[in-house]
Amino acid sequence: MTDIVRYQGASGDMNAIHHDEAFAQGAGFPSPLALGMMQAGMLATWATNWLGAEQIRRFRVRFVEQVWPGDTLSCSGVVEREYEDAGERRVDVELVCSRQTGGVAVLGWATFVVEGNGESS
Amino acid sequence: MVNRNAVGKSGDTFEMLVERGKIREFARATWSTNPSYLEDPSPVSEPTFLTTMILWEDPSCDPWHEVAMDQERGLHAEQEFVFYGPPPRAGTRLHARSTISDVFEKQGRRGGTMTFAVMVTDFHDDDGVLVAQSKMTGVETSRPPEEQP
Repeated sequence: MTDIVRYQGASGDMNAIHHDEAFAQGAGFPSPLALGMMQAGMLATWATNWLGAEQIRRFRVRFVEQVWPGDTLSCSGVVEREYEDAGERRVDVELVCSRQTGGVAVLGWATFVVEGNGESS
Repeated sequence: MVNRNAVGKSGDTFEMLVERGKIREFARATWSTNPSYLEDPSPVSEPTFLTTMILWEDPSCDPWHEVAMDQERGLHAEQEFVFYGPPPRAGTRLHARSTISDVFEKQGRRGGTMTFAVMVTDFHDDDGVLVAQSKMTGVETSRPPEEQP
């Protein structure tokens, strides 16, 4: 829950459904639920630790299952494709953020520049 | 009921400053300890950092309300960020403008119609160069979202 509140403050999305129990239950949920964008941000953290913060050029996510306070999330990724684009070497990767149930919370696709192509500014 | 006439509607242009403290706060909130965000004196922003644009917008900048999606049945379906170079660094002033780019329908696997709406936000720097683009896809289901405890 603390992670959710911290993410809400940082992102500016203060929707009460993510922290106010009475509000969430009034909307038909058993409890507050996590923000899809929080899981997306954690998946982006995992991906940039892998391939570099400055190297990312595209990050796309699809929200699949809802995530609840107390869930344990794990991230993984595989390279789908390596290619040249506009003189740069790039990789497309597919990313998954899963819940402890094995259910997929977020699917992701990202593109990174690889092999140090003039990232010096 | 989603308003198809929302396609093409834009909000007012707004300014967004990319700040080092905000990048640091965002790294903490997304569990990143990457020195590229925390130690570089001129860090790039995180892949999903531009979501903090909501802290810079007036209501007149956000055309999403034109879509008139039912809040009880509306969900965030997809989100994409594209960078035309390294992500914007601390110290960059962005000029952002959001436009509703698409509204379309799909049949859900378990029956019912899903209506999708897409909002694209373009981010230009002070020189007028397009440096990043955000694409938000929302969906309205024909039934309220199911509980998935």
